[in-house]
Amino acid sequence: MIENLDPVLLSRIQFAFSLSFHIFFPAFTIGLASWLAVLEWLWLKTGNTAYSEIYGMWVKIFAVTFGMGVVSGVVMSFQFGTNFSAFSDKAGNVLGPLLGYEVLTAFFLEASSLGVMLFGWNRVRPAIHFASTVIVAAGTVMSAFWILSANSWMQTPQGFRVGENGLLYPTDWLKVIFSPSFPYRFVHMVTAAYLTTAFVVGGIGAFYLWRGRNLKQARVMFAMAMIMAIFVAPMQLVFGDLHGRNTFVHQPTKVAAIEGLWETQSGAPLNLFGWPDQKEEITKYAVEIPRLSSLILTHDLNGEVRGLKAWPREDRPPVFWVFWSFRFMVGIGGLMILTGVSALVLYFRKRLFDTKWFQYWCMAMTPAGFAAVLAGWFVTEIGRQPYIIQGVMRTSEASSPVIGPAVAISLAAFVLTYSVVFGAGAYYIVQLIKKGPDVEADVYGSHGVKEPPLITGLTSKEEGRHV
Amino acid sequence: MFSFESFLDLPLIWFGVIATALFLYVLLDGFDLGVGILFPFAPSDECRDRMMNSIAPFWDGNETWLVLSGGGLFAAFPLAYSILMPALYMPVILMLLGLIFRGVAFEFRFKAVKSRFVWDYAFHVGSIVATFMQGMILGAFVKGVQVDGRSFAGHPFDWLNAYSFMTGVALLFGYALLGSTWLVMKTESITQHWARKCASYVLGYVGVFMGIVSISMPMMNTGVRDLWFSLPNCFYLLPVPLVTAGLFIRIWHDLHKGLETRPFFMSIAVFLMGYFGLGVSLWPWLVPFAITFRQAAAAGTSQSFLLVGTVITLPVILSYTAYCYYVFRGKASSEGYY
Repeated sequence: MIENLDPVLLSRIQFAFSLSFHIFFPAFTIGLASWLAVLEWLWLKTGNTAYSEIYGMWVKIFAVTFGMGVVSGVVMSFQFGTNFSAFSDKAGNVLGPLLGYEVLTAFFLEASSLGVMLFGWNRVRPAIHFASTVIVAAGTVMSAFWILSANSWMQTPQGFRVGENGLLYPTDWLKVIFSPSFPYRFVHMVTAAYLTTAFVVGGIGAFYLWRGRNLKQARVMFAMAMIMAIFVAPMQLVFGDLHGRNTFVHQPTKVAAIEGLWETQSGAPLNLFGWPDQKEEITKYAVEIPRLSSLILTHDLNGEVRGLKAWPREDRPPVFWVFWSFRFMVGIGGLMILTGVSALVLYFRKRLFDTKWFQYWCMAMTPAGFAAVLAGWFVTEIGRQPYIIQGVMRTSEASSPVIGPAVAISLAAFVLTYSVVFGAGAYYIVQLIKKGPDVEADVYGSHGVKEPPLITGLTSKEEGRHV
Repeated sequence: MFSFESFLDLPLIWFGVIATALFLYVLLDGFDLGVGILFPFAPSDECRDRMMNSIAPFWDGNETWLVLSGGGLFAAFPLAYSILMPALYMPVILMLLGLIFRGVAFEFRFKAVKSRFVWDYAFHVGSIVATFMQGMILGAFVKGVQVDGRSFAGHPFDWLNAYSFMTGVALLFGYALLGSTWLVMKTESITQHWARKCASYVLGYVGVFMGIVSISMPMMNTGVRDLWFSLPNCFYLLPVPLVTAGLFIRIWHDLHKGLETRPFFMSIAVFLMGYFGLGVSLWPWLVPFAITFRQAAAAGTSQSFLLVGTVITLPVILSYTAYCYYVFRGKASSEGYY
């Protein structure tokens, strides 16, 4: 039995597992780093200690998250070779430099400035510390830029030729970097990361408000998060729609799978829900809205949308996963917009900070962004199957000459390690949230200190390192 | 399509960049892995706190050099990357898992109260596993990799043998030397005294293992033997073992004279000599003894494109790294930075 383990399938599961785990951390840290930069800027500008206290609390959470992001990211940079070496060989000329740029511009700036950002509050001047925070924030966005550029090229490849040994050779770097789906994917993902952070911050803010503690800081957190929900969540709907229409042009199979549409038709209906059946080539129990799919995708009630039967069976992605992941993502997006609308109404009624049901609601929405990001990646990655590079290379041709049992063992080791390590990480983040921000006002005022108080000094004064 | 191939030896430049990045990784992560290896043997919890604090601001910066080595290999020599990674599948994965454990142990340790000892051991065991696997990778690498066409063709357990086991143990001692001399430099009183004893103890083992590797490599491979023991190479290369021997004596004296900084930099020099010796022996193989760095090179335009970014960012990164070491200079305290 052990000889029959399929190394390709296991490699895919391992890659998907480690990547799904990894994406949590960037999704959170991209937004968090930018938000910390805003907080520090507000603190330097206004001198309001609420901002520095919030900064002090969240920078610790950032440290834990970033640490986990770094270690799970190191894994990713090796797995292309360990598990998909045929792909690395074939696409190395094109993708290697993009991933190399990711490492160079972003990873390094983050990792080197991070030392000052986390440990340098009392060791460098405020301006330099602020600069470090900004560099870290810019680094996370640059990191996303390159990695999404590489991924987008795999979705919508261009600017290359096939050369000797079947290797791919770049012919135009600008076309490679800015492949058709890249601008849409980049905007959509960075916005998603900002929203993810906003809903975490909003949820924690709501938790403090509900408990009636850390009120000064909680109001700032909650208000800033709601501003994001009010303005950015609806924008994300627009970005997502643009991204979807781009996919319709360049990856019509993916869109057909998203829609659960099997027959090519003019005036295609939108399947709200249903049960796509890959074998029988039909979406069962479909709840349809006539013509809506054509309207959304082509901006024409009678526009033609190609169904999955337009492609041979072996070229179709697993429809069920794409179909439901998409609905899950859009559903959460809708709830986010609803949160923003509710916040706006409550704000005008002057009940934003003391409405119990809304606090429960926001607490429940804390993990919403993560779920949506994960679902979105499921849509785009599974929707590209059976290809690893759309139309160019199949996933089945991409894997390494490794044996099934070796991958099975490593997969098991990954699952075990990640569960222990990241379970513990989540536990410590919850502890940090329970503890809340250190209130600096007493120390700050009573000692007549001119400088902003130190993270180090405070924590060691209270309970040493046992934060 | 732009390319600098016509006037730059791109494969050689990239070979140099990656060899440098890998060496920096070995040195920088070497000392903090070394601290992890020695961790539970320290005399007290306070010592351990100091040890941890001496490396806390640096570890993730250090580890990014590994990412650059891996990512750079993929970008500049995709063929080597796609042969070596499957060939070294298990040790690479285990090394990564070890690095995960010790990496998160840094963060969690400062936050844990009751479970702190768990993370102390995670840090220690993770460091040992990562180091040992790196040593095994080195052993498997110098023994050579079976290649057929453009892919790995050996047995999945080719990397596992007595020789790679020996190099694994050797690297444990090597990193322990870097770690202990780092601690001599960065700590005081009891911790420093203990680190000094560790360093002089470990130093002997490092010498023995370097000797074994230096003798075994020419014995295993005729190419290496011809390189080192033919005239006139013999005379050109003779300074390498002589300088190394001199360095060992110097470190020993410095440790016993109570010098604080020099042993660490002398240990770095020992590593540099070892690295140089390996590099000379394996030249020009990137996948020993099957694929040279020229055969594995990516397209000229790919190497050129990434080189532009490297030339711009690497100096910035290096100076920023230096700045970080400058900011956190001096002796480490036992107080947490958090």
